[in-house]
This record gives sequence, structure tokens and C-alpha cells, in this order.
Amino acid sequence: MSTRVDFGRRVLVLRRRRFAARFDWRSVVICSVLALAVAGMAVLALMTGSFQLSPGEVVSALTGRTSGLVRDIVVEWRLPRVAAALVFGAALGVSGAVFQSTLRNPLADPGIIGFSQGSYTGALIVILVVNGTYWQLVGGALIGGVATAVAVYLLAYRRGVQGFRLIIVGIGISAMLGSLNTWLILKADLDQAMAAATWGAGSLNGVSWPQVAVGGAFIAVLLVLAAMSSRPMRQLELGDDAAAAQGVWVSAVRLGLIVLGVALTATVTAASGPIAFISLVAPQIGRRLTRSAGITLAPAALVGALLCLAADYIAQHVAPTPLPVGIITVILGGGYLGWLLITEARRRL
Amino acid sequence: MTTHIDNGLAAAEDASTSSGSRLHVESATIGYDKRIISRELSVAIPDESFTVIVGPNACGKSTLLRGLSRLLKPSAGQVVLDGADINSFKTKEVARRVGLLPQSSIAPDGITVADLVARGRYPHQGFARQWTEADEQAVLRAMEQTAVTDLSGRLVDELSGGQRQRVWVAMALAQHTSIMLLDEPTTFLDITHQIELMELFTDLHHVGHTLVAVLHDLNQAARYGTHLIAMKDGHIVAEGKPAEIVTADLVHEVFGLRCLVVPDPVAGTPSVVPLGRERPAHFKKGGCASVDGF
Repeated sequence: MSTRVDFGRRVLVLRRRRFAARFDWRSVVICSVLALAVAGMAVLALMTGSFQLSPGEVVSALTGRTSGLVRDIVVEWRLPRVAAALVFGAALGVSGAVFQSTLRNPLADPGIIGFSQGSYTGALIVILVVNGTYWQLVGGALIGGVATAVAVYLLAYRRGVQGFRLIIVGIGISAMLGSLNTWLILKADLDQAMAAATWGAGSLNGVSWPQVAVGGAFIAVLLVLAAMSSRPMRQLELGDDAAAAQGVWVSAVRLGLIVLGVALTATVTAASGPIAFISLVAPQIGRRLTRSAGITLAPAALVGALLCLAADYIAQHVAPTPLPVGIITVILGGGYLGWLLITEARRRL
Repeated sequence: MTTHIDNGLAAAEDASTSSGSRLHVESATIGYDKRIISRELSVAIPDESFTVIVGPNACGKSTLLRGLSRLLKPSAGQVVLDGADINSFKTKEVARRVGLLPQSSIAPDGITVADLVARGRYPHQGFARQWTEADEQAVLRAMEQTAVTDLSGRLVDELSGGQRQRVWVAMALAQHTSIMLLDEPTTFLDITHQIELMELFTDLHHVGHTLVAVLHDLNQAARYGTHLIAMKDGHIVAEGKPAEIVTADLVHEVFGLRCLVVPDPVAGTPSVVPLGRERPAHFKKGGCASVDGF
């Protein structure tokens, strides 16, 4: 009898005194490559603009070896936006991973279950009724989104929450809020409507350091919590009975994970408006790259960060006129849904 | 006791073993929300038995199993594990003592056999201790006992029904509990794989596991079980050794089926042969439902 388990794939086992872990070799490699790609994309974004910089200049500005104009351009002007894209993208990727794993459905996404529309309603009311400041807008979006999530959860609740029912209820609520939002915009005057439309598309325009710091701090805490919940989350993929039999407190873990997923998306949406589809696409791309069993968080976070950085780069520098990043991610998400429909249809036939 | 050590089962046998049952139900009312399935149910699982629960559909046998595995909490009374209310334990602690093979589980897309079996180690792991030497050895042994070692690196999606069920058993075994509950483990298998699995359970029982299975097949229940619990309408009609309690009268009382009980020609255990019923007049040749009449 061999003394090592054959997992059918190369694994990396680390055992120190009080620490023991097993990593999938392919996932380690893919995650390293993704991390490099994220770093590269970030440097590219910091280089590009009306004042073109070299990679060397960017790196020396980041490490504090230059001062003056180059440092100001990189650290004060461009870095907040790049940092926001990176952190928010990672948060969206993890949020989607948590939802898709918990509800066992590749379509489970905070956007699809009404959350984005609810945030938008909250933000619209702030813009149209009180003509509020940035932080009032953040508050309005948070309240709208969380209230919608709670409403969807309660309406879908029947002796616990099942993924499918939650998604159907969410799509229904989302459609209702969508028409409410359209009506609100129609009632607004032109300036307000344009401000509302920009926010609604999801934009990193004018993101400043305080905004990134506040959002980033929230997201850091939530990501740590997500990492700590990843083991019970993985057990939950085996079905409620099997997970419960192995010592997972199913109802509490599922509620906790949904709250975590909503909180991650809420933080991003409040700061930048709904950046659509990253949370839907990133976990699936990550899973296919690593060929992992079920959804894993690290690849989803890295793919999310990479997608958000790339989409914002395209929106700023490649598109003929600067666009909100959300427009690019919507195109991305449309492509993903089309691809999903085609492959699923082929699998069923 | 030596068999216990052979299997390495860290049996948490305290003083409660003296009663002869580490797991029992004390006048419990079990059901779903307002729909009560069993009222004032009391039943004990004898230690080191292979207990089989039988009864017609909707008699409450799966509900009893869910109660025993703390998946359902009794609304009155209690389920006792090792001398204390099962719900007073931390759920992970219960999972180190009682395992369950659920009726249906989901294999995540793209998971390999070994990876799935390794998930059974969850109650023994922590955030910083996810894959210890003990985990590795338990997974190896579980796969060896269920004869899935050769399938180790294969994708679970690619396996046959019988192989897949053995993998799920291996996952439950990797959990390393001395008590294992099996909810209709053979239902979707063909006869060969049913027998193969029942023989495997007998082997596991032989090395010291206490097994509790819900089964549909009376003959298999009587042949492989050492202790039988017959249920109807949420209460227990009879319990005891199959050879002592399986009679034509009992089968008629529990299932409403008229039958002969004869010794199984191989094992000598009671074997149930249905009598059928007399053919109704309209199905007899020349009757109104006869094909000749067309």
C-alpha cells in the first residue's frame, strides 16, 4: 500500500509543527501567473496617460526613489484609480465565488439577484431628492442594496433558503426595481439624470485616496472573513445533509456567507456604482484555469482584479472616448452569458 | 476489543457503554415543522450491531435516521449520544463520533475520487491543520477498505453508479467514526452492486463499526442485519434479531403483504416470499378485461 494519496494531480503538501496544508500544484502555478499579470497590468495602467511614463519611472515612483512631478502623477493621480480597480475587482470576484458556491449555481450573482438595482435605487433617491454629496450617495447605495438583499432573502425563505428560489425571487425583484429606476430617471432633470446614469454604469472616474482607503479597509476585513469561511463553504458544495453530517452548521454558515457576499459587493457598489458581471465571470474563469473542483476564492479574486484593471484600462485609454468601466464589463459579461448558454445547451443535447 | 484497535477507531466509549447503547432515542417527537412523523419514539441502537430499519414508504424510517444524526432536532424528548443530549455537543464533535451516508449528495464538478474522500476529514481539521499525516493515512485506509484505491485519481463524474457509491462510503469512512448511519445506501444500484455494498458493510461491521441502515429489501435486511427495527406509521412495531422477529404475521402487519417466511437457502436467515393474491374475476380468461374479448 502506498503511503501517499494519489489525487490524480500534483499536490504540494506543507507540514510544519502546528501547520499542515495541501495545495493543488496547478492552482499554485496559475495563481502565481495571475498575480504577475495583475502586477503587470497595474504598472501598465500607471504608465499610460497624457503624460507617458516608462516602467522604470513608475517603479521608482512607487518605491519612493523619485519625487516631484513623476511621483505626483503616479502616486497622487493614477494610483488611487489603479488601486481601486485592483481591490474592487478582487472583492467582486470573491463575492461572486461565495454566491456561486453557496447557492450551487453559476448564475448566482449579487447583480442578478437584484442587489445592483437596489443600490441604484438608493443612489438615485439620494441624487434626485437630496442632491447629496459623495458620502451621502455611498450611504444611499448601501441602504438600497442591503434592503433589497434582505427583502430577497426573506421572500425566498421557506424552511431555509434554496439557491434556485433565491435566484428566481431575485430576478423578479431586480426587474421591478429596474423599472422603478427608469421611472425615477425620467422624472429627473437633465443634469441629475446624467449624473445618475454615470453612477449607474459603474465608474472609477474621480476616485480619490480617502475613498479607496475606506473601501479598501472594509474589503480587507471581509476578504479575511471569506478566507476563514472557505472550508465550510467547500463542504457545503457536497449537499446540505453531507455537510451537516460532517459538522458544518449549515443554516448559519450559509447565512453568514450570503451576508459576506452582499457586504463585499455593497462596499464596491457604494464606492463606484455597480460594476457589472465581474462577480459573475471571475469565479468561473478562475475555476476553468485551475481546473479545481468547485469554486475557489484565490483564483476568483485574482481574475476579478485582473478583469477590473483591464476593463478600466480599456475604458480610459483604448475606447475612442473615455467610458465608465461598467460599460466594458457589461460587454464582457454579455460575451460570458452567450458562451455559457452555448456550452450548456451543447452539454444538454 | 482487538478488532477495534485493528481499525484504529478512537472510540469515545465512556461509562455510557454500560447501557449497551451509545446512541438512543428517548421519547422523542420528530418531524418537519408542523408535520409530526413520530411521537414519543424510544429506540436504542445496540453497540457494535448492524442495525437495519425497515418499513413501508413514509413510515418514518428516514426521519428516525435524520434524528439519530442530529439533522432533525426532536421537538420533544431527546436523542442521546454517549450519555448526553446529541444537541448539547458541538456539531463537529458529533461528526467525530457519528457519520452519515446521506440519501443524496452532490459531487462538485471536476472533483477526483481522492479529493472527495479527503473531504470526509473535515471534522478533524482546522484552519491551520488541513492535511496532516493522520488525514492522509485515514484517506488511504478508507479507499483501501472500499476498494477504490485504483480509482483514486479519476474524476467522480466518470464512475459507474456502484463505484460512485463506494466512493461516498469511503468519504464517510474517512470521517473515522465508530457509528455510521446509512440512508438507503443501495436504492439506485443494480442487484450485483447492492450485494457488493452489503458485503462491504458486513466487513465494516466485522471490524468494529456500529452500523445503522435504512433498507427497502427485507431479505437483505434479514440476511445482513444483526438487529432489525420494523416501523409503521412513525412507531416501532418490532425489534430484535431477524431470525427471532421476521415472521409472516409481522410482514403482514407492517407491510400489509401476505407471504411465506422460509430460511434463506444460503445464509439460513429468514427470507420473505410474497404469496401474491388471487386474480380478480375480470382479469381471468374470458373475463371482461381479457385480450380475447377484443
